[in-house]
Amino acid sequence: MSTAFLKIAIPAFLSGTVITLKMSAISLLLGLAVGVPLAFARVYGGKFLRNFSLVYSELMRGTPVLVQLFIVYYGLPQFGIVLSPMVAGCLTMGLNSAAYQIEYFRGAILSIGPGQMMAARALGMSQFKAIRVILIPQVLRIVLPTWANEAISMVKNTSVCYLIAVPELMTQAKIMIAQFYNTIESYSTVAVFYLVIVGVMTIAFSLIEKKVKIPGLAIEKSKK
Amino acid sequence: MSKEIIRLEGIKKSYGQSEVLKGIDLSVKESEVVVLLGPSGTGKSTLLRCINMLTVPTEGHVWVDGQDLTAPKVNINKAREHLGMVFQEFNLFAHLKAIDNVAIGLTKVLGVKRADALERAKKELERVGLGDKLDLYPGQLSGGQKQRVAIARALAMDPEVMLFDEPTSALDPELIGEVLEVMQKLAQEGMTMVCVTHEMHFARRVANRIVFMEGGVIVEEGSPDEFFDHPKTERARQFLGKFNGQFD
Repeated sequence: MSTAFLKIAIPAFLSGTVITLKMSAISLLLGLAVGVPLAFARVYGGKFLRNFSLVYSELMRGTPVLVQLFIVYYGLPQFGIVLSPMVAGCLTMGLNSAAYQIEYFRGAILSIGPGQMMAARALGMSQFKAIRVILIPQVLRIVLPTWANEAISMVKNTSVCYLIAVPELMTQAKIMIAQFYNTIESYSTVAVFYLVIVGVMTIAFSLIEKKVKIPGLAIEKSKK
Repeated sequence: MSKEIIRLEGIKKSYGQSEVLKGIDLSVKESEVVVLLGPSGTGKSTLLRCINMLTVPTEGHVWVDGQDLTAPKVNINKAREHLGMVFQEFNLFAHLKAIDNVAIGLTKVLGVKRADALERAKKELERVGLGDKLDLYPGQLSGGQKQRVAIARALAMDPEVMLFDEPTSALDPELIGEVLEVMQKLAQEGMTMVCVTHEMHFARRVANRIVFMEGGVIVEEGSPDEFFDHPKTERARQFLGKFNGQFD
């Protein structure tokens, strides 16, 4: 690996890393914002909400994210909706992730069992307040290990956005190859970048898990 | 004559084809302790849950303190604030310490300031003998302790009535006593209580009135002495026969 290559590649990959992390964070939060309400809608909602949540989840999980990305980026302009690559990328990845997050959160909600909701209602809480005050704090803790996987997948999956020229990590690798004709070096370097990001995330999530752990919450979960 | 707190009229409940409650009338007066007895699956718990509308009756009316909870547009959340309920499975909030389990109804439902709520919660936990367990999570408590926290949680709301849904059925035998003791103390202090239980000694000692149910109807009711010594119906005699061992 030549010094000339590294001198140009490292800063390029670092700026790609920033974009990748930014995209992942925005997409994950969008997925969370859409996924959590739809997960509760699936468990506690009326018929319409339940079905909407189900159809949404099946539609998004049943089609490749690349197809969704191209529909949003290349298809929507036909209707006069032109999005920048970054916005199209975050929107697609976020709405796609939401479908998976619905399923993770739904599982966590169901694992809590109906007793917590019943006790909260008996105290005089509305269903909405019970969800907010009693269920969400528990659901977040239970879902955390699964959610960590989703976050890690997201970081890697954003690489498909090089196809619409978002200047993220993978795109930087492509640019380097065009410049230096060094396929193996560029791809290996970019792989190391991904590996480091994922490694740091894995450690961070396991620290968070330890920090928010509540004795017995996991036992409740396995019991019900 | 003391005030009537609960009145049930013609309560029916069906799940699909099966009718669990077939028309129940029941009245509970202030400071009265009513124990619902009967074989499993006869609708005792369902009836209890109709009182705070956790189960909505298919037909009939539920009055609590003069308010018809089955009327349309009733604010049921408001009505439940002062109907304490204790469940067979405790249902303590798993992510909250004992003291916060008791305080959360005060802060999040009644809007009491947190500092005041914690002070009240501490008092209620001391009242059920758990003053030294304030900072433990439900997962760190025994079944009997969990149920006492659950009782404290309901008491903190200043309930007019306490509903007990088989509060000792999920407990190991050696832990039942501590919960019954708390319940008996409550009864002596004049709390209005409706209990579903299979603890015959408790029923006999603490109840003012026994209501015996079978097959979704009230078969017989009366004072504990009447019911246990001179049951009027054959079905009650059969039921009591199975518990004979308990009266030796």
